[in-house]
Amino acid sequence: MSARAGRIALSILPVGFIGYFFIYPVGRILAMSFGGGFGEVFTSGSTRAVVWFTLWQAVASTLLTFLVAMPLTAVLSHFTFRGRSLIRALVTVPFVLPTVVVGSAFVALGLSNSIWGILAAHVFFNVAVVVRTVGGVWSRLDRGVIEAARSLGASPMTAFLRTTLPILGPSIAAALSIVFLFTFTSFGVVLILGGLTYRTIEVEIYQQATTFLDLGAAGALAILQLIGVVTILWAYGRYQRTRSVGLELAPEERVLRPATTRRERAVLWSVVAATMGLLVAPLVLLVARSFRGGLAGWQFLIDPGRLAITPGEAITNSLLFSVVGAVIATTVGLMAASLIARGSTVMASTFDTVLMLPLGTSAVTIGFGFLVALDEPVDLRGSVLLVPLAHALVAVPFVVRSTLPTLRAVRADLREAAAVLGASPRRVFRHVDLAIVARAAMVGAGFAAAVSLGEFGATSFIVRPNSVTIPTLIFRLLGRPGAVTFTAAMALSVILMLLTTALILSIDRLRAGELGEF
Amino acid sequence: MLSVRDVTKRFGATVAVDGVSLDVTDETVAILGPSGCGKSTLLRVIAGLEQPDRGSVRWDGVDITDTPVHLRDFGLMFQTFALFPHRTVGQNVAFGLEMRAVDETERRRRVDEALTWVGMDGFAARRIDGLSGGEKQRVALARTLAPRPRLVMLDEPLGSLDRMIKDRLISDIADLLDETGTPAIYVTHDHDEARFVADRIALMRDGRIVQLGPWDELRNDPADEWVERFLGD
Repeated sequence: MSARAGRIALSILPVGFIGYFFIYPVGRILAMSFGGGFGEVFTSGSTRAVVWFTLWQAVASTLLTFLVAMPLTAVLSHFTFRGRSLIRALVTVPFVLPTVVVGSAFVALGLSNSIWGILAAHVFFNVAVVVRTVGGVWSRLDRGVIEAARSLGASPMTAFLRTTLPILGPSIAAALSIVFLFTFTSFGVVLILGGLTYRTIEVEIYQQATTFLDLGAAGALAILQLIGVVTILWAYGRYQRTRSVGLELAPEERVLRPATTRRERAVLWSVVAATMGLLVAPLVLLVARSFRGGLAGWQFLIDPGRLAITPGEAITNSLLFSVVGAVIATTVGLMAASLIARGSTVMASTFDTVLMLPLGTSAVTIGFGFLVALDEPVDLRGSVLLVPLAHALVAVPFVVRSTLPTLRAVRADLREAAAVLGASPRRVFRHVDLAIVARAAMVGAGFAAAVSLGEFGATSFIVRPNSVTIPTLIFRLLGRPGAVTFTAAMALSVILMLLTTALILSIDRLRAGELGEF
Repeated sequence: MLSVRDVTKRFGATVAVDGVSLDVTDETVAILGPSGCGKSTLLRVIAGLEQPDRGSVRWDGVDITDTPVHLRDFGLMFQTFALFPHRTVGQNVAFGLEMRAVDETERRRRVDEALTWVGMDGFAARRIDGLSGGEKQRVALARTLAPRPRLVMLDEPLGSLDRMIKDRLISDIADLLDETGTPAIYVTHDHDEARFVADRIALMRDGRIVQLGPWDELRNDPADEWVERFLGD
């Protein structure tokens, strides 16, 4: 088999997967929206209000996230101290928590039906994006560069403004666009905390489709959102190309040093304490709230009385789906990543962008697309595989992101050496690429499982009575009247939080010492 | 004239620089010693990048021990070159001039001049990440010299380059230091480099200067057996 044939064989599954489960459904949505009053939706005042709210809350959330995250990023990028890696891991926990859990936590804080609740929850989620993206570069930035500026006559402030900041520029832009993208397409948080007052495009799509059954309007909104997402991704890619600098990163242990003076220690520990307080308090409150009125909430989980779907079933479903979803996502993601890593061609970079689209497009569009498109040629809508397939689609970009750096690091000469020694392209893939990437693949699979556990947006569209997951059940419980069901929702959120955290912490152990990348 | 008096610098339990005194007038002094002997730390103390635990650094009799690094007007060339990745070659060389508020016409003239010194004319618009190791070294040298600092310090400036380029560059550096007439400190672990470039050599071991003088003196009249062995190989 020639290398070209190998690439084609490798591309069949990922291309088919993305094509059938993402591009085709989006096409169907597009077609449908043309049928159902495209112009009407775009010109209506209520759409304009929703778009305006979506934009300004995303801008505000992004700026607030930076304000909160930068001090911690700065101290983590300067100092070594006992517990530094623990802090870094803890900061990541909110980012991977299911939106429903975070929504519940801020409801427990008494911030439901308020814009502050939405903004606070968005900050809570995304601090990790800034800490990891900007900190990943800052903590490995050769201090010689800043010292050189100082020795050439720059004051500490000037050196920061003229060297550190421009060098961090691309990573700051990356973090800004990721946070903006996440908050622009925010669904679970806004649905839970926004009540009837605050709606993002994402929430509006859901309500048009499920409450008002106006699929045409929902489709038009989904397309509108997709245009917004593509624009952001395009602008971001363009910026990265023009502004990227060939940066030689130094190892962290050469850059970081202990805080020596009393002032440095005071700054370090007050920043760490304040930020961690902000990140831990909502979760502590969530746990406390689940025990209000004793164990009633927890007992309800075991004996839900007349509830049609028992929490036990939901937990079983979630665990099962996360395993199946992770297997699918890892298989597809690995193949896609090794394709991207090998080709420096236009095809590879296009493929890279297309693969990222499901992440940006929003889970709601994916769920909506499944709902309207997967009826023919094979009607998958009744299949038990529907939910794990949707989860896999959402998770594929994560798998690609976490395996791509490792695959890229597999040098071409290793493959050539194997080929010269008689390995066919398939065996090169197995004995070189796969062998090297095994650990990264485990990390990717773990992320995929975590994504699946918490997935809410897509699932809420396609869930059926026999496939209710933990997040969808929490949402149902939150929507029911009664103190006991509310407490039970908190308790179930605690369970989901513990499951996800355990999974993420074990991933973090796997990749100790590696640079996290989104 | 630079005068270092009794400087000591500790990092935790290790004493990196142990009571060093050194004067530098209009000459080039090489600080020579094995890796880990404290020579780079001494340089960083003189530059103002580290505060000494004890001792003082003076310039023309004025105590500058507490003067922040950017106000010392000393040039320092880094072992890693530390070029600004987000600036072009010309913008790198111009940085020190910008900090001194040199006007644009003059700045452009002096950037060109400095690039000519190091044989890099016409490279001003190039990006840093396209340069070879030897080219980076030259740009770093031009950047250090362009503001015409009152003291030039070079920290293992040829450390990461291969032999062939080294031999060519070392004579360029020696000529340049001669031409500009600036006092200079040249830190190295290679005694051939020290011998070639310096008027006097300060031999350092375990944080102390064990002998100071011209090459011939060190060679003919070594202070102890260690000096003799170190210079011998």
